[in-house]
Amino acid sequence: MALTLRQITTSSNRTWIAALLCAAILACQPTPEDGPKNGPQAATTTLHYFTWSDYVGPELLAEFEQQAGVKVVVDTFSSNEELLAKLQGGASGYDVAVPSDFMVSIMAREGLLAELDLSQIPNARYLSEGLQRLPFDPEHRYSIPYLWGTVGIGYDSAIISTPPDSWSVLWDAKYKGKISMLNDQREVFGAALRSMGQSMNTRDPAVIEGAKAKLIRQKPLVKTYTSDHYDQLLASGDVVLAHGWGGPVARAMAERPSIRYVVPKEGATIWSDCLVVLKTSQKRELAMRFVNFLLDRDIAARTTNRLLFASSNREAKALVDPKARENPAVYPPDTAFDRLEWMVDVGEAIRLYDRAWTEVKLR
Amino acid sequence: MPALVWMGVFLFLPLLLVLVISFAARGTYGGVEWTFSLANYLNMADPLYLRIYARSLALAAATTVVCLLLGFPLAYYIARAPARWQAVWLMLIIIPFWTNFLVRTYAWMFILRSEGLFHTVLSSVGLVTSPIEILYSDTAVLIGLVYGYLPFMVLPLYAAIERLDRSVVEAAWDLYASGWSVFWRVVLPLTKPGVIAGCLLVFIPSVGAFITPDLLGGARSMMVGNLIQHEYLVVRDWPFGSAISFALMALVLVGIAVYFKVETKVAV
Repeated sequence: MALTLRQITTSSNRTWIAALLCAAILACQPTPEDGPKNGPQAATTTLHYFTWSDYVGPELLAEFEQQAGVKVVVDTFSSNEELLAKLQGGASGYDVAVPSDFMVSIMAREGLLAELDLSQIPNARYLSEGLQRLPFDPEHRYSIPYLWGTVGIGYDSAIISTPPDSWSVLWDAKYKGKISMLNDQREVFGAALRSMGQSMNTRDPAVIEGAKAKLIRQKPLVKTYTSDHYDQLLASGDVVLAHGWGGPVARAMAERPSIRYVVPKEGATIWSDCLVVLKTSQKRELAMRFVNFLLDRDIAARTTNRLLFASSNREAKALVDPKARENPAVYPPDTAFDRLEWMVDVGEAIRLYDRAWTEVKLR
Repeated sequence: MPALVWMGVFLFLPLLLVLVISFAARGTYGGVEWTFSLANYLNMADPLYLRIYARSLALAAATTVVCLLLGFPLAYYIARAPARWQAVWLMLIIIPFWTNFLVRTYAWMFILRSEGLFHTVLSSVGLVTSPIEILYSDTAVLIGLVYGYLPFMVLPLYAAIERLDRSVVEAAWDLYASGWSVFWRVVLPLTKPGVIAGCLLVFIPSVGAFITPDLLGGARSMMVGNLIQHEYLVVRDWPFGSAISFALMALVLVGIAVYFKVETKVAV
């Protein structure tokens, strides 16, 4: 190898080649997202917001920047685990983040969250009934639900004429190669477990094994496991059944009106992304002001119109476009509520899921 | 001395950290518990994981072979072109790197999908009638990897071939060597360092690839890169993820060392 490199580098074109190789190697790396800089503060205060990609309209941020006379810097993550891993890995300097329900409890236990002062977040009063005092943070000490929804099935009603009402449709061989599943261990197992009448939070090894066998049976039917472009696959007709979050399915409906969404009768996941202030934040008052801003009725309604995820502000619902308001993919029907289940951290049983998932992936 | 500091801070320190973590244990909520155990390395020998390594090595080997078969004639052509054209061809090879790899992988998804560009072109000339299912298969992963790493093969090969003394090749022809002998007994041995450099530059990153299997393979199967990512970011088992990373790195280093040893023996 040393010989090789020396020979290459003595070539007449060595600078050229070296530069090209460096450029090539650098360009091949996925772009790292920059953490907040810890350098000297500029004259204006900066608020660091750590959130999901495409989760906030830039025009809303501009409004807050103007109102508060600060600068808001957005960084993004693509999963709760990535958020936690980055914070545990020592990323500090973020002020506000948006973990989902189960991750709020993990982050609180890990001591990553600052206590909220609800007197500074008056808009928290408008929280929807169903989102108040949830088990992962019953007193709203650390978190306020922000956007929420369900995990269900998006399907093309032009192809699937009898509306499906059960998870079992994802095991229907008629739709071989036309099904997409989330690339998410817990949710995929959730679908299988619920179709068996079990809780998605089970820690029973035998039940998890059963779900694994079921998923291995399903695999030949699955075109792809993806968490981020099933809306395009539905819209383009590449798949006719997609296991997924309601928001993207609702977005697919705009492109292909025959798309529908169902929360299966066996039950489904309800989730809520929550606003939290991080313990390492040096600007907690400003952070809480930002949280309050995002929860404002008008701002929340505009966010829902744009992202097609339901807002936690009950007053906002009336301001949302009627089309989105009546879309079960955005606001689940009231009748669905008793069969919705929150995903909770399963502790050490995650090992069982992990192993089973790897086995599914190996088939 | 500055080089030593640089290497220490940016290479050895992080590696040491990975090594140390690989002997720790996962905390209940995903942190790192500082106990010493070999459990992570033992866990790795599980047949379940061994199959993932085997798959990754096989796919990376296939990628390397295809890159070599495509890259050699290409590099040869470029190296033998007039100097001005060489610069143009090399530039064309590099230009794709100006676009993020993720974006280019998405472009391949559009090309390969069942009614994508590839299908449109083939069906317009009447070669196929039904949609072709390439996307979300191992073939798609192979195409993506070859596409992504071909330049790493071409550039060192080009450097080696460009330095090849033409008179030696001419001498072989003059001595009535067949075309095959000229290639096999003269060109290949003289460009071997470039071949090996290219193969290593393609093989090593392909083993650890994770974006390509996720997007073009539809995440239907895992390569070791996906497994590491999964352990770090989903299961939050940093110690196990570190152990796999370290074992993978050791495997590659041992491979290179063995090669180097054989090489020096032959040279002596």
